[in-house]
Amino acid sequence: MDFNFTEDQVMLRKAFADFVAQEVAPKAAEWDASDTCPVELFPMMGELGILGVFVPETYGGVGLGHVERLIALEEIARHSAGLAMFVFTHQLGMAALLENGTEDQKKRYLPLLCAGEKISGLATTEPTGGSDLLGANTTAVLEEDHWVLNGRKCFITNSHLADLAMVTAKSGEDEKGRNLLTIYLIEKGTEGFGPGRKEHKMGLRGSVTGELVLNNVRIPKESVIGAVGKGYGIAAKTIGEVGRASMAAICVGILRGCVEESVKFANERIVYGKPIAKLQPIQFHIAENRLDYEAGKLLLYRAAKTKDEGKSAVAEFSMAKHFGTEAASRAAKRTIELMGAYGVIDEYPAGRFLRDALTSISSGGTSEIQRLIIAGDTLKTFA
Amino acid sequence: MNIIVCVKPVPDPEKYHLLKIDTKTKRLIREGIPTILNPCDRTAVEAALQLKETHGGKVVILSMAPLFSQDRIREALAMGADEAYIACDALFAGADTFSTSYTLMKAIEALGVRFDLILTGTESADGATANVPTQLAEWLSYPHATGVSDIEVRDGYATVRKKIEQGRIGYRIKLPVLLSVEKNAYRPRLISAMNVIGAGKKTIGILTAETLGVDECRVGLKGSPTRAGELIQLDLRRAGREISGEPEEIARRIVDIAKKSGVNC
Ligand SMILES: Cc1cc2nc3c(=O)[nH]c(=O)nc-3n(C[C@H](O)[C@H](O)[C@H](O)COP(=O)(O)OP(=O)(O)OC[C@H]3O[C@@H](n4cnc5c(N)ncnc54)[C@H](O)[C@@H]3O)c2cc1C
Repeated sequence: MDFNFTEDQVMLRKAFADFVAQEVAPKAAEWDASDTCPVELFPMMGELGILGVFVPETYGGVGLGHVERLIALEEIARHSAGLAMFVFTHQLGMAALLENGTEDQKKRYLPLLCAGEKISGLATTEPTGGSDLLGANTTAVLEEDHWVLNGRKCFITNSHLADLAMVTAKSGEDEKGRNLLTIYLIEKGTEGFGPGRKEHKMGLRGSVTGELVLNNVRIPKESVIGAVGKGYGIAAKTIGEVGRASMAAICVGILRGCVEESVKFANERIVYGKPIAKLQPIQFHIAENRLDYEAGKLLLYRAAKTKDEGKSAVAEFSMAKHFGTEAASRAAKRTIELMGAYGVIDEYPAGRFLRDALTSISSGGTSEIQRLIIAGDTLKTFA
Repeated sequence: MNIIVCVKPVPDPEKYHLLKIDTKTKRLIREGIPTILNPCDRTAVEAALQLKETHGGKVVILSMAPLFSQDRIREALAMGADEAYIACDALFAGADTFSTSYTLMKAIEALGVRFDLILTGTESADGATANVPTQLAEWLSYPHATGVSDIEVRDGYATVRKKIEQGRIGYRIKLPVLLSVEKNAYRPRLISAMNVIGAGKKTIGILTAETLGVDECRVGLKGSPTRAGELIQLDLRRAGREISGEPEEIARRIVDIAKKSGVNC
């Protein structure tokens, strides 16, 4: 049993942190205030190997795993959860392609996605409810050698940015009359396909969330990712093991922010003639922030290591995601309390931490859904 | 063109508030403080890499450092340097700038390569004496210039610029030469994930006192003529004095005090 990162992982973290210190930290508050997505950073993140860190070298990646991918996300989210959201949703599309695409699709698209020359995303949620993945209304009908898609997706990250969207649609029914989903790869500019309304979010600002509208979208037969009718399994696994992992990493980043900012503030703020770090109730806040951070980190990287070992980690990622969002929300609130009035002033990041943490709760599946997954696994494992 | 860059791992300047001085030995207690590559030295590595990109050749990294700081040296490899060596031996511990520069000189000689350029940072963030570059150049009988920027190499000469109080001054120096690079002269490149992995596969050469054939009286604490003097704790408290009375009177008293303390008013 080994709880330590390898030497390479430690060095990678430092390299990612240097990038964040130079390019992200100084601008994060501004992106949040103006809800600006820093797309211009994408080619640089491609060049530094951040985007394709988990993709094999043959497809333009670095050939490492999800532990390394999540280290990068944690470092980015420490200063900008919004940017981390943008990056991970791009990776969500890449992961769906990498694990299920044909050799031709992978060779064609992955190098461009790793390099940050094209942006990707995964769209499943519909107005009928994101939790009900199978209840989707978007349809796909095969007409000779083309699929024709109609429907509307909502709350989709990178909706207005993605050059390459992976979209789920109902392509048939099984023998029991249940919907069968398929995932389709749709390129930007395809006739009838485009973004709809853009949402204004409370948190994770700087990432774009909005609708995708499909109006008689005709795409070639080969645009299917994985097999026809297998979309549910692919989407569930990708969201379960890559999406939730990323949301958990974002929350671990926020948690570290809470720890670091609360220590910094407590040492600098003088009340009664001495730093408030000397006050025991303030120390309790700091201790609880630390506990939440350490526990969130352990859950996350244990799950990631399990996935990198080729084992299923759906329940483990559910735990990391559920714990992470809850812990980040309470730690951010605690950090605001510790700072007094400064906590709610925009010059300090604590308010942003809270907005980002709360906005993370439903993305990748709500807390109720995580508890269902964890309960299901527990009833089986501990029976 | 062969370039060697001398680098030093130093305690992270962001954590200097945690640094303590051992009152007995008068040396810094570095334990528990993370080390980083000296910021100036990172700049020197960047300068070397840019020169290599223009002129070809290789960039070698050299450090006299304890073995545990290998990762910092690896960082220089991940930036793009070709080879790295650490002069590392219990005998080297406690070295001042004299014995450090002597050890570095022995290491450079042991590598058996004629380096056209020796680059260093201007000063280390912890010691900040800025002595090592010039001392090293003297040991090697290399010409040298310190605190330089804008290094260009042409026809066997290096041209550099240096900021001085009145503006800037340019030098043209025949190779081989030792240059210490000013901290803001170049912006060190970010390290990519691919280069981290690449650097992990490179081996770092270890140079011991024995392999270097050093004169033991010239290395480490034993070979260091520098002796720390007294340790003085500065009292940084400000002495506030309250002056009360009518505004006119207060103003007059302030002017008196200022005059007494040498202000011409
Ligand atoms: C910032 C952000 C980014 C997002 N990005 C994407 C994206 O890129 N792609 C994408 O496809 N989606 C995305 N989503 C959508 C996200 O996946 C959904 O919000 C999520 O799946 C929940 O769906 P919903 O919001 O429609 O809630 P609903 O499904 O309508 O749920 C409403 C409530 O009912 C509860 N509930 C639902 N079903 C059950 C049940 N079986 N048992 C108990 N309680 C239940 C839920 O927990 C919740 O409290 C994003 C969301 C956010 C906030």
